[in-house]
Amino acid sequence: MDYTANELMVCEAARQLRDGEVVFVGIGLPNLACNLARRRHAPNLVLIYESGAVGAVPERLPISIGDPALVTGCSSVCSMYDVFAHYLQGGLIDVGFLGGAQIDRHGNINTTVIGDYASPSVRLPGSGGACEIAILARKVVVIAPQSKRSFPARVDFVTSPGHVEGPGGRARLGMPGQGPVSVITNLACFGFRDGEMTLTSLHPGSSVEQVRANMGWEVAVVTDLAETAPPTPDELRLIRDELDPEHLYI
Amino acid sequence: MTGTGDKVMSMAEAIGRFVTDGCTLVIEGFTHLICFAAAHEIIRQGRRDLTLCRLTPDLVYDQMIAAGCARKVVFSWAGNPGAGPLYAFRRAVERGIPHPLEIEEYSHYGMVARFAAGAARLPFYPLRDYQGSDLARVNPRIRDVTCPFTGERLAAVPPLNPDVAIIHVQRADRLGNAHVWGLLGVQKEAAFASDKVIIVAEEIVDEAAIRADPNRTLIPGLIVDAVVLEPFGCHPSYAQGYYDRDNGFYVQWRDISTDTASLDTWLQEWVHGVASRAEYAEKLGDRLQALRAREHLSPPVNYGY
Repeated sequence: MDYTANELMVCEAARQLRDGEVVFVGIGLPNLACNLARRRHAPNLVLIYESGAVGAVPERLPISIGDPALVTGCSSVCSMYDVFAHYLQGGLIDVGFLGGAQIDRHGNINTTVIGDYASPSVRLPGSGGACEIAILARKVVVIAPQSKRSFPARVDFVTSPGHVEGPGGRARLGMPGQGPVSVITNLACFGFRDGEMTLTSLHPGSSVEQVRANMGWEVAVVTDLAETAPPTPDELRLIRDELDPEHLYI
Repeated sequence: MTGTGDKVMSMAEAIGRFVTDGCTLVIEGFTHLICFAAAHEIIRQGRRDLTLCRLTPDLVYDQMIAAGCARKVVFSWAGNPGAGPLYAFRRAVERGIPHPLEIEEYSHYGMVARFAAGAARLPFYPLRDYQGSDLARVNPRIRDVTCPFTGERLAAVPPLNPDVAIIHVQRADRLGNAHVWGLLGVQKEAAFASDKVIIVAEEIVDEAAIRADPNRTLIPGLIVDAVVLEPFGCHPSYAQGYYDRDNGFYVQWRDISTDTASLDTWLQEWVHGVASRAEYAEKLGDRLQALRAREHLSPPVNYGY
């Protein structure tokens, strides 16, 4: 069955969520993944959006993180102070989703500038809530298309810390969360071993050479390298017909 | 003036009286209830050298930057939500067009904490944040503090106390007691942190309507200086229960704002070319009517005892 790279990324991200987990949702692919998981294996997944919608059950695909559809029928609307102080810093968030213009070998993420901060060649949007999600969520899942430019050995600017300089980096800085545990790209899935991004599964049709050609360093590969399971017909039906009927993200 | 009298005035009068050249201004509202009507009046009145504070500059500050109102932006996420970059913001930061723009940058939690400190009149706000991030390296106002009880090192940010807050609400009475529902953002903290507060309302209601549901009052008239009636004052942002976000305009803004000529043409037509929000709304016509919210009522609660 034909599917797009984005559809596979959404399915893989959804499968990594467990029923009952509390998820800090971002817009775009993470939003699709969370709502897919909720409709399939994780009906009790609690979706929290940084805009303050808690237990959201959006009837339409939210276009922005503050879409009114997140409010209608949700279990609580709280202030952004509550979202960040009580929910996130309070330790209630199991999984945070992040993306970024650049991610490096230690899972540090840049969404601030390409080039020098004082005179950037490209000014990106900045942190939003990403910096504190990276520090405080129990674990972080990253979804990002990969290329040599977007996966450099070291990011130009650390907006959201991953494993910082490598093993023990987070513990030394007193960060409560585990940091990134998983990176899902258009080519493959990665985990982290000793704070270093490690190739764990190849999407159907990808090769280790292709993955390495689209990264800025010689990525380590696990010995039991797997193949990422492709989307099932039911997953594709839900994504295409119900979650993103206008095909904005897939 | 924040007294007990009638505070209702026109948008032109409220901006003219409270928003001065060089002042520090916050127009809050996280995606929801962003008061574009106030921003457009500020542009029409030609304000300059403003320090604009907001978590998400959004199109509202992109338009003010392009119009030359801004000297500095204090923010945490500068993108076009769901639609790409903010081109006027980027032109100003990357190339100094129409003039150089100073930036002071935090994360969302840092901005929220700054408003919380400002509202509580505290000298700083501690938070578990910024370890391992370069944000603290490039912003000297993100510092460390040691907890006097545990010795733990925490990040600290200073208070943010704008001169003026402009807060759009669904309904308010003539004293400024304001009901808000749907996403609440950081409006309460921003209003309490600011010296002057302008409430802009979709509807002005009797004081009795506010008192009938006091839990819904986000901003008390006690801190409000002006009340402005401005239906559809948020478009292309939205007001829950009144009208939906004009997502199509956010996407269109990408094309309008990619070069200064088309952006200037847009400002001429839609900001300078209309005298007021009422004219703007009339000019939008059917497009605005199509955004009207469908009904999804909440049952009443019993406040009796």
